[in-house]
Amino acid sequence: MKHVLENVESQFEMFQILNEDGKIVNEDDMPDLSDEDLKELMRRMVYTRILDQRSIALNRQGRLGFYAPTAGQEASQLGSQFALEQEDFILPGYRDVPQLIWQGLPLYQAFLFSKGHFHGNQFPENLHALSPQIIIGAQYVQAAGVALGIKKRGKKNVAITYTGDGGTSQGDFYEGINFAGAYKAPAIFIVQNNRFAISVPVEKQTNAKTLAQKSVAAGIEGIQVDGMDVLAVYAVTKDARDRAINGEGPTLIETLTYRFGPHTMSGDDPTRYRTEELDNEWAKKDPLVRFRKFLESKKLWSEEDENKVIEEAKDDIKKAIKQAEEQPKQKVTDLIGNMYEELPSNLKEQMEIYKEKESK
Amino acid sequence: MAQMTMIQAITDAMRTELKNDENVLVFGEDVGQNGGVFRATEGLQDEFGEDRVFDTPLAESGIGGLAIGLALQGYRPVPEIQFFGFVYEVMDSISGQMARMRYRSGGHHTAPITVRAPFGGGVHTPEMHADSLEGLMAQQPGLKVVIPSTPYEAKGLLIAAIRDNDPVIFLEHMKLYRSFRGEVPEEAYTVEIGKAEVKKEGKDVTLIAYGAMVHASLKAAEELEKDGIDAEVIDLRTVSPIDYETVIESVKKTNRVVVVQEAQRQAGVAANVVAEIQERAILHLEAPVLRVAAPDTVYSFSDAEEVWLPNHRDIVEKVNTVINF
Repeated sequence: MKHVLENVESQFEMFQILNEDGKIVNEDDMPDLSDEDLKELMRRMVYTRILDQRSIALNRQGRLGFYAPTAGQEASQLGSQFALEQEDFILPGYRDVPQLIWQGLPLYQAFLFSKGHFHGNQFPENLHALSPQIIIGAQYVQAAGVALGIKKRGKKNVAITYTGDGGTSQGDFYEGINFAGAYKAPAIFIVQNNRFAISVPVEKQTNAKTLAQKSVAAGIEGIQVDGMDVLAVYAVTKDARDRAINGEGPTLIETLTYRFGPHTMSGDDPTRYRTEELDNEWAKKDPLVRFRKFLESKKLWSEEDENKVIEEAKDDIKKAIKQAEEQPKQKVTDLIGNMYEELPSNLKEQMEIYKEKESK
Repeated sequence: MAQMTMIQAITDAMRTELKNDENVLVFGEDVGQNGGVFRATEGLQDEFGEDRVFDTPLAESGIGGLAIGLALQGYRPVPEIQFFGFVYEVMDSISGQMARMRYRSGGHHTAPITVRAPFGGGVHTPEMHADSLEGLMAQQPGLKVVIPSTPYEAKGLLIAAIRDNDPVIFLEHMKLYRSFRGEVPEEAYTVEIGKAEVKKEGKDVTLIAYGAMVHASLKAAEELEKDGIDAEVIDLRTVSPIDYETVIESVKKTNRVVVVQEAQRQAGVAANVVAEIQERAILHLEAPVLRVAAPDTVYSFSDAEEVWLPNHRDIVEKVNTVINF
C-alpha cells in the first residue's frame, strides 16, 4: 500500500529570491525588472505603508469607517499586482484595497468605500475589478467565472483573486479552484497566509502542511512563496500569468506573510491570540526592510527617495480624505434607484416616500 | 401554432435566445450532452456547441459564482440549479452576490442572470426536491422571481427573464412540465415580468395563485360554478415584484379574496399579498382575506404529499367561508 501525503507535501517548498538580509538567494529566478521597476515597487510599498498608518489614524479619529490594516502584507499584495496588465480582472478580499489603488482606483474612492459610500465602488472604466468581497471565499467561485469568460472572449488576460488562510477552509475555495481547473481557465488564486483568520491560527484551520498543496486535488499548479519577498511574489505571479494566458490553466499561490496590525479596526486585539515573540519574529521579515536593503546595496534607494515618497503619500492622503469628505452623503433614494434597472412598482412607491423624507 | 408541453416551451425559449444573442450561455449539472435531468436543454448543445451550452462540475455555489463571473465578462448566463431544493448551496451567490451587484457597484456592474430551477410537489421526489422556496427568494431585494403556469407563459416569461438586465429566479413547477400542452407561438415573444393575469373573470370572489395552484384554483372555480359562485382567478406569474394593480382592481370588484399557495403558510408570498390587500383596499372587503397553504412543516416525504399539498377542495372550502362570512 502506497501512502503519498508526505511525498506530496515535501514538494511544496517556499520559493524565495531575497532573504531577510536583502541578499539574492535564487539568482536563476530573478525576474526581469528594470531599475525603474524595482524603484517603483519600493515606492509603492512605502506609499502603501504610509497609507496604512494614516488610515488607522483616520479611523481612530472617526473620519474613516471599516478598515482592515495591510502593514506586513505589502509584498504579497503589491508584488502580485505588479505582475498584472491593466485589462486583467481583480477580485479582492476585504484587505486587498491596495491592489485596487495601484490598478487605478482613486484614493478618495478607497476612502469612500471605507466610509460606507457606494461611490467608492463606482470604479473608473479602466479598472477591471470588483469591490472588496466581504463574504470569505465568494470571490473564488466568481474568479472562475470571470476567467472562463476571459477565455471564451479569447482575451490574453487573467482573473486574479485573493483570500486568506481561513478562506481556504471554505467550500467556495475548493469549488472555485476546481471549476477553474476543469475549464482550464486563466485564473490566479492567491492565498495570503498571514497565519491567523482573525484569531484562529492556521494550524487549527487544516491538517494540510501547506495551503499551496490544496491545488493538487484540483489538478492545478500550486506554489508556496515567501510573501515577505516582493520579488518572489512578483516572479511567481508573473509565471502564473504567463502560463494562464498561454492556455495552461489556473495556479494557486500561497504567500507566507503576516499582518502586523489587528484584523480590522473594529475592536480586534491581537494580543489575545498572538505572542510578542511571534510578532517580533515576523517583524524581522518586514518586506519593506528587506527590499530596501536590496535596493540600497544596488544604490537604487536612498533616505531622500524614501522621504520623498512619504511626503507624496501624506500629501495625496490629505487631499483624498478631503475629497471623500466633500462627497455628498449617500441617500436612501440612491439605494432604491440602484436596486434594479427599472424601478418595480413597490420601489416606485417607496422612492416617493424617501424623496419626501430626504428633501427635508 | 405549435402545441407544446411546458418543458418544450422552456427549451424553445432557450433556443430562441441562444439564437438571438450570442452572449447567452446555458449551463449546469447534466445540461450538456444529457440535455438536463428533465430534458429542458435537450438538443441545445448539439445545436449551439459546447462553448454555449455546457456541463458544470457538481457544485451549486460554483455554478452561481460562475454565472456572476461570466456576467462580469458581458455574458448573459442562464444557469440551471438541478432542483430548487438545492438552492441552499448557492444562497450566497444568489442573495449575497448577484442580487446586490448593481447596488454594490453603484450601477457599474450588473448581473443579467436567469437562474432556472424545477420545484414543486406531487411528483414523488426524494426530500429536498419539491419545496416551494419562492418566499425566500421574494424576500431578497434585487431579484425578480417568476413562476409560469402555462407553456405560453413559460416561453414568454423565460425570454423576458433572459433579456432582463437584473437577476431573475425562474421557477418551473415539475408537475406542470408535461401534464398538458398549450399553444405556443414559434417566434420570439415576451410576457412582461411583474404583470399578473386574470385567468378567469368572475364577480363573487377572487382567487389569487401562481404556479400549479393556478390550475387548482381554476378547478375550484369550476366546482364553485356548479353552486352558482362566480370566481375570478388571478395568476400572479411573478411573485417579486407583485402586480398589486391587477390584484386590487379585482378585489374592488369581488370584495372577497382567497390567496392560494403551495408553500407553507408562515411568512410566504400569500401572507404578503394579504397584508397589501388590507392596506390598500380594506373598505372594499366583505370578509377577511383567507389563505390556502400547506401546513408549517418541512415538505412532506412523498407518501403523505397528496394530503400535505393544498388542492382544489381546500380552495372551495375557504371560498365558502368567505362567501358565507
